[in-house]
Amino acid sequence: MGKLDLQQKLAILSDAAKYDASCASSGTAKRSSRDGSGLGSTEGSGICHAYAPDGRCISLLKILMTNFCIYDCAYCVNRVSSNVTRARFSPEEVVTLTLEFYRRNYIEGLFLSSGIIRSPDDTMADMVRIARDLRLKHNFRGYIHLKTIPDADPKLIEEAGLHADRLSINVELPTDASVRAYAPEKNPGTIRKAMADVRLTREASKDRSHTGKRPARFAPAGQSTQMIVGADGANDAAILGQSTRLYASYGLKRVYYSAFSPIPDSTAKLPLIRPPLEREHRLYQADWLLRFYGFDLAEITDGAADGNLDLTIDPKLAWALRNRHHFPLDVNRAPREMLLRIPGFGVKTVNRILTTRRHRTLRYEDLTRMGASLKKARAFITAGGWSPGALTDTADLRARFAPAPEQLSLF
Amino acid sequence: MRTIRVPELDTAAAWRTAARDLLASGTSPGEVIWQYGEAQPDLFAGGTATRPATQPASVPKSFVELSQTVCWHSDPERFARLYAFLWRLRETPGLMQDRGDAALATLRGLEKAVRRDKHKMKAFVRFREIDAEGSRRRFAAWFEPEHHIVEPMAGFFARRFGDMDWMIATPDRTLIFTDGAVSLAPGQPKPDLPEDATEGLWTTYFRNIFNPARLKIQAMQSEMPKKYWRNLPEAAAIPDMIASAEARAREMQLATPSLAPIRAGRISERLRMTDDAPAATDIEALRREAEGCTRCPLHRNATQVVMGEGPRDAPLMIVGEQPGDQEDLAGRPFVGPAGQLFDEIAGEVGLDRDRVYVTNAVKHFKFAPRGKRRLHQRPDGGEVQACKWWLDAERDLIRPKLILAMGATAAASLTGTGQGILKRRGTFETAADGTEILLTLHPSYLLRVPNAAAKDAATRDFRADLALAVAHLDG
Repeated sequence: MGKLDLQQKLAILSDAAKYDASCASSGTAKRSSRDGSGLGSTEGSGICHAYAPDGRCISLLKILMTNFCIYDCAYCVNRVSSNVTRARFSPEEVVTLTLEFYRRNYIEGLFLSSGIIRSPDDTMADMVRIARDLRLKHNFRGYIHLKTIPDADPKLIEEAGLHADRLSINVELPTDASVRAYAPEKNPGTIRKAMADVRLTREASKDRSHTGKRPARFAPAGQSTQMIVGADGANDAAILGQSTRLYASYGLKRVYYSAFSPIPDSTAKLPLIRPPLEREHRLYQADWLLRFYGFDLAEITDGAADGNLDLTIDPKLAWALRNRHHFPLDVNRAPREMLLRIPGFGVKTVNRILTTRRHRTLRYEDLTRMGASLKKARAFITAGGWSPGALTDTADLRARFAPAPEQLSLF
Repeated sequence: MRTIRVPELDTAAAWRTAARDLLASGTSPGEVIWQYGEAQPDLFAGGTATRPATQPASVPKSFVELSQTVCWHSDPERFARLYAFLWRLRETPGLMQDRGDAALATLRGLEKAVRRDKHKMKAFVRFREIDAEGSRRRFAAWFEPEHHIVEPMAGFFARRFGDMDWMIATPDRTLIFTDGAVSLAPGQPKPDLPEDATEGLWTTYFRNIFNPARLKIQAMQSEMPKKYWRNLPEAAAIPDMIASAEARAREMQLATPSLAPIRAGRISERLRMTDDAPAATDIEALRREAEGCTRCPLHRNATQVVMGEGPRDAPLMIVGEQPGDQEDLAGRPFVGPAGQLFDEIAGEVGLDRDRVYVTNAVKHFKFAPRGKRRLHQRPDGGEVQACKWWLDAERDLIRPKLILAMGATAAASLTGTGQGILKRRGTFETAADGTEILLTLHPSYLLRVPNAAAKDAATRDFRADLALAVAHLDG
């Protein structure tokens, strides 16, 4: 095999990186290069610079430093037992690509991950070096997301957090048992410990010393993780239970759910399926209900016998259909907690209702202008000029929302 | 009838000044004709700026923000709409909060369109490198915005690309940044920009980051509408990526699993051989062993096992209930709020923590997740019993003269019952192996007692018990 040029390496190492769902570039500290002393800025909200035909945004240059790996994780395209073409960037190449892409406004920054080569410490040290060079040598003020290697020396992770905006460590699979089965070299305990360390260091970096001096900022955009959905047998209740614990324990900004997707050169251990995209979508919806809508895990998962979410309707609508005794709710009187539970109402809509109803009575027509989806909401609300009558309790209400039954394909 | 010309430059500020004057002079919206275009001082001035204000115009801040965005919209009616709304706002200041109001909904719609256009400009401008003049590298781009957003976007690009010179040409206006200075020039037709080799790399990246197994064309187009494609170098690859996706995904699914390369076996073998180094001390060995403990279900949710710490020859062993949130994260006992309170009171009675072995009756944190917090849950009898094995192992290693049991759980683990701890505190009991056990309250109880008097009493009791332990060891 001849020596690979930069373009070939980029092709291999971006192809290998695409199974990481995270692409956020938001929520970090404000930085600017207005004074001409560097390159780049971050201003709070992230920017998606392009969209691929898989509907995913491209905000960061998401690449692996190398796809050589000594681990053998069954779900991963880069596992040691796979026959994919291997390549490795030099740190300088990663730095150059990031800067040149950034200068042309293609990206918000870098999301660097890597296969494990030699040892976790060596790999992490190379990744930290790239982040350090970008920040200190090239005065790069854009966004940096480093995928942390859990077994690496905590000192390296600490330095990584000084240069990176976000650190992430993937828990990979929803239960410890499946991590042991499919990623034999990874230790779920070590992964949790690494996330705990990041949380503690982050908290310590927020405390001022007695002189009022603030320590250097540590991963200002927080930490996140990713779970693969559909590779093992875990049901949605188990997956959401795991994310609830992760959010509570380590102050994660996000848990990403990644539908297990066919990879080139698969292993016999895991069946190749069509990625469960709808399931992934429902999990994100449930995740939002848990974090922003005041739902309890049990409320979302108690409806399903097998612990999985209903794929045909969204989890909030499913909850409302199971709990019709709460409805219809009067949008002019219902408290915030209950407004948030109306299908078709988002947090913004609820806030708008609350501010407007201080001044006057809301009518049905007002709600459309406030961003509500009345197709869903109308059966569950009363407003000026609208009452659902018997609609709330009709037996076929679910059928109005679920797509028409489809004849099964023969193949 | 008054005609107000709002200039193309500094539009938002000019509208604001004009509107303020009109409002002050009591001019109703029906009497004003708004025009957009080059300012002609004789028409524009009309003496309005100098007319004394009859009343100070005061409007909600949210309206100012709204108007300063809407002014950049391309809708010819925008100035009139804003002024008409402003006129109504004088009478009903609460109008800004009324999201059901049709006129406000329209304005919010315009605002959203401008915001979106600005956001898309941030995202979809694509620079090409052009020849450098002097030390700074130079770049240029062509972009076609929908609204008059080039001027308000100047700040963003200046903050972002501070160390290079650049130009963004649009049909509406040209934005130029040279040596740190921003300037605006009139719009222009699409300039001829030189080829840039980095575009090839970028398209390579775009092609390869795409996962053909999850085709969602609609999702892509709603965020990256086709009207932008002609100025995006990567967009040329999209039709082919879509066309070949189905076949690529099918190919991956049909391919039979391959045999692992030979080196894979060798690498995995070597990895398995590098086992953990032998333990340094017996306590260390115990800790390693405990890390794999699955005697009760608590290990599933906790971060890590938290074993005790302290000198091997400590005469006093202190046993608490279980690690809390902070202990679970740090992997060390008694570092959270209860631990700090303990340290404080221990210091008062001359009990040196470094001379004591501190540990817990249960080694994993039991909790219930609530949003961003973990709520402590008391371990049940089965869990205490399961973990007693580890506590006994620690007692075997340390062989303390005295054990201080803090709280009901520790009492239950050490004496078999946790009942009536408030009555039993301050008394010595004997464990099955003859070790003396002094019972006391758990410091977290002191933190929880609601009324001040009871809290003081409990703290006094706790301090007395610690002092008793110190005296007992000295005596």
